[in-house]
Amino acid sequence: MSETLTVPETVILEVFRYRPEVESEPTFDSFEVPFHPEWMILDALNYIKDDLDGSLSYRWACRMGVCGSCGMLANGQPVLTCATYLESLLPGPIRIEPLEGFPVIRDLVGDIGDFMNKLSDVKAWLIRDEEKPVEDGEYLQTPSQLDDYKQYSMCINCMLCYSACPVYRLEPEFIGPAAIALAQRYNLDSRDEGAEERMDVLSQHDGIWGCTLVGECTEVCPKGVDPAGAIQRYKVSATMDYFKSLLMPRSSS
Amino acid sequence: MKRSREPIIWVLFGGGGMASALFLPVLILVLFIALPLGWVQSAPIDDLQWLVRHPLTRLGLIVFVMLCLFHWAHRFRYTLYDGLQLSHLNEVIAVLTYGMAMVGTVVGAYLIWGVG
Ligand code: SF4
Repeated sequence: MSETLTVPETVILEVFRYRPEVESEPTFDSFEVPFHPEWMILDALNYIKDDLDGSLSYRWACRMGVCGSCGMLANGQPVLTCATYLESLLPGPIRIEPLEGFPVIRDLVGDIGDFMNKLSDVKAWLIRDEEKPVEDGEYLQTPSQLDDYKQYSMCINCMLCYSACPVYRLEPEFIGPAAIALAQRYNLDSRDEGAEERMDVLSQHDGIWGCTLVGECTEVCPKGVDPAGAIQRYKVSATMDYFKSLLMPRSSS
Repeated sequence: MKRSREPIIWVLFGGGGMASALFLPVLILVLFIALPLGWVQSAPIDDLQWLVRHPLTRLGLIVFVMLCLFHWAHRFRYTLYDGLQLSHLNEVIAVLTYGMAMVGTVVGAYLIWGVG
């Protein structure tokens, strides 16, 4: 009890470093930073960058859990560093590493090209067979139609779920949690007409069937998106679609 | 684009998960714990045999056994595939696991049909 009440003056951060021109293999640098109970991990990293070692590279932008760029591993757990108190990881040392599953470019910065490509593979945008002319006004939607997909639209593309997904780490071809949840976000949108196109990509082995329902994605998601649930729902629709096309081969592609 | 045939397996897997979660505990509790310990009054053995002899009961039991086995097979397949990282043996593993489920189903059907 008394131990949890003592507030340390400082805390040690062991930060993953990889500067291709300096070291051929990644290493860890230790930094001692002041401890403040209101500091997030990101505040400590910014302190390092401003006061201790300006060469440290990492991504961040909004500091309020909406830009999705500051995801890293803290003591092995994928977290948004702007939304994780230093205090929650005391007494330290706190180990900070780049997200798993993405090739490291420099220090804490990973190459996220693969995820970006997957978002376009699943066509994570509104698809209309025919756009109606602007003069015809908006596409109206009722509150309950909004509720159908709202949860999935909360995704901030932070990729924590990819880092947590053991299947993605073993098989990078797997489309993965967020891209499937985002495909579902559009499939369930009353204004969208692209479900059929997306199904072609998603119903393959590397789509939803790659998922073995480990569920870690949903555990780590900071936005309550529940990608595991989205994938399971999609499995149900893909299965119904499959049996429908078996029974009525001509009506479906 | 070619779609995966996974839905067939997944339906068996999902059905097996559901069936085993709902019925297996009940069967174990009633047949192997409650009846032997005398917690509940056993129906006369004749009645039980009549029940098992009914074709619909037999069919139900066989489907139940099949679903449970396919549930096991699918899980075990992915335990080997991802857990032991044997993805290069994908085909062999699939044939072995689902094959065992099929053999198990046939054996189960034979035994169930032989009861009474
Ligand atoms: S689903 Fe959640 S964890 Fe995955 S990218 Fe979106 S917000 Fe991040």
